[in-house]
Amino acid sequence: MLKIKNLHASIDGKSILKGINLNIKPGEMHAIMGLNGSGKSTLANIISGREGYAITKGDVIYQNESLLEKSPETRALDGVFMSFQYPVVIPGVNMTYFLKAALNAHRKHRDEEELDAIGFLKLIREKIKAVDIDEKYLKRAVNDGFSGGEKKRNEILQMITLEPKLSILDETDSGLDIDALKIVANGVNQYRSSENSFLVITHYQRLLNYLKPDFIHVLIDGKIVKSGDMSLASILEEKGYAWLEK
Amino acid sequence: MREQKIISEKLNKEYEYGFVTEIEQETIPPGLNEDVIRNISSRKGEPEWLLKWRLKAYQHWLKMTEPKWAKINYKPIDYQSISYFSAPKKKELKSLDEVDPELLRTYDKLGIPLEEQKMLSGVAVDAVFDSVSIATTFKEELKKHGVVFTPFSKAVHSHPELIQKYLGSVVPYTDNYFAALNSAVFSDGSFVYIPKGVRCPMELSTYFRINAQNTGQFERTLIVADDDSYVSYLEGCTAPQRDENQLHAAVVELVAHSNAKIKYSTVQNWYPGDPETGKGGIYNFVTKRGICKGDYAKISWTQVETGSAVTWKYPSCILKGDNTVGEFYSVAMANHHQQADTGTKMIHIGKNTKSTIISKGISAGKGQNTYRGEVKIMKDAENARNFSQCDSILIGDQCGAHTFPYIDVRNPSAQMEHEATTSSIGEDQLFYCNQRGISTEDAVSMIVNGFCKDVFAELPMEFAMEAQKLMEVSLEGSVG
Repeated sequence: MLKIKNLHASIDGKSILKGINLNIKPGEMHAIMGLNGSGKSTLANIISGREGYAITKGDVIYQNESLLEKSPETRALDGVFMSFQYPVVIPGVNMTYFLKAALNAHRKHRDEEELDAIGFLKLIREKIKAVDIDEKYLKRAVNDGFSGGEKKRNEILQMITLEPKLSILDETDSGLDIDALKIVANGVNQYRSSENSFLVITHYQRLLNYLKPDFIHVLIDGKIVKSGDMSLASILEEKGYAWLEK
Repeated sequence: MREQKIISEKLNKEYEYGFVTEIEQETIPPGLNEDVIRNISSRKGEPEWLLKWRLKAYQHWLKMTEPKWAKINYKPIDYQSISYFSAPKKKELKSLDEVDPELLRTYDKLGIPLEEQKMLSGVAVDAVFDSVSIATTFKEELKKHGVVFTPFSKAVHSHPELIQKYLGSVVPYTDNYFAALNSAVFSDGSFVYIPKGVRCPMELSTYFRINAQNTGQFERTLIVADDDSYVSYLEGCTAPQRDENQLHAAVVELVAHSNAKIKYSTVQNWYPGDPETGKGGIYNFVTKRGICKGDYAKISWTQVETGSAVTWKYPSCILKGDNTVGEFYSVAMANHHQQADTGTKMIHIGKNTKSTIISKGISAGKGQNTYRGEVKIMKDAENARNFSQCDSILIGDQCGAHTFPYIDVRNPSAQMEHEATTSSIGEDQLFYCNQRGISTEDAVSMIVNGFCKDVFAELPMEFAMEAQKLMEVSLEGSVG
């Protein structure tokens, strides 16, 4: 599904990623843990195609093709989804309109018929149940006046509606209380299958306790210094990151 | 930046309506003096009083100077190099069959075939091609209701008493430089009269078009709605591409008597000038004003201004009667080198008068967009209320948005509300849309349409769709 090969990247001449290697197979969930500034969000941004990063070495291969030259919307339409750490407010554009435009762009890309307003409403009424969002939020402008928890649930709603193959969850747990965390984790778990892959980026173990990823990687100073299974998360929670630093 | 590139590609889409119709034109040589005015007047067989009025306006104009207070820069206008009259040679057509096929093709390119308009939309079209009206439809239906909808030059003969009574009654020729010029040389336009108690059975629509090279266009529109009547008037404009600047100085006067309602909607898409250099666009200096003369009258202006190199326009309402209502809904776009200085004036004179101002300014490329508005509450205007909202959106980092609200309150019972916001379409918003599979072009359209929707909602249905389409075309090359 996704192969990251010896990826080096920098911002404004400052080296951030210093040789990342990662291999995510269909159906797998990988988690990347690390402190602030370790390069976690940079990695997520580079995979999804945000501007402003210089790739100095290496490659990101998705479904046997390099992603790096592709536009963000092409990556999205090919099945790469990112749940934003800070979902963006778009005043004046209501959520229903936005998500319908996004879904229809995906359906068009897959040579499927575009959904009309009624068809979309039927679909979305089913989807919102999974993330416990009230229908009235769909009438509001995108992320406008949403609480932190609502924003994150809204990201997961978009994920399960657009049905990506690779979902990157960038600090989806930050700013969530325990109830919202459960709802979000539940939404993600329902979407797991033998085909859908995930890259979960987080500081803490608590989201991982609900998601139970297959692999955990520790990112320090732009490199993966240790990989393991769920037991690694518990050790990190207990001992912190210092023992892994040289 | 990639986004910048897409933005600029989108904004750089060529002006679709920049073509020239080859029709023989009869034109007065360039220059302005009393003889030219006499010439215009005699060609139209105008009565003596009208000629005198024109000449008085001309004399007054000579004493005036061009206003300089607006936030616009343009090359000086040489009024002696402009030709003040131009008309297709073939006139007085009895049916559409007699219309020059070349002209009909022009309308086809603009997507407004007259025949289809007639059949589909129930809109009576008074098509002004340059200066002379060439086709008027739905006359019979309007006649049945006693509605007068006729070219101005004809109305002078068919309804002289109404013209004499109302011409210049809202915008006197002394009002401003461009109104004085228009009063002296106006060529044609529309006259509408809605009798007492009549609800005009259809939207009235006029398509203006500037065609002949170096021909200034000086339209005159007068709408009178008698007691308890209603009319909705649509004005839409496109112009072919030219190298030299063309001056447009129209005057629109609205008179609403007791309990009458006038809704005036404009979609303006004149040639904005060369995207790279800004050369060759239309100079649009328009005076539009309405008076709510009787109690409970209402005047509502809605405008979507996407074209012209320079826009100078302040559709206004004089709320003279008690309990009268004035509204102004505006979307103004300044892309590339366009400059727009537009807004409104609400003059509250009567008691319990109410005005609403919603202005949405969009700036892109090197465009400069200014909202300039005045709300004036006179001494006797008890319990006057105003709500103003002026929002600006910036696309890119080389454009500008400016807001100049003037508020003058002389009665302590007035309630005034003013809100203003400035925002930009950020890279974050575009990336968020991209990441959901929405192209940058679609994202910009979506965001701008969302920004404008309060105003679009005020437009009649067919215009709302045209406005959205115009917005997309006008934005092309603006955002990445």
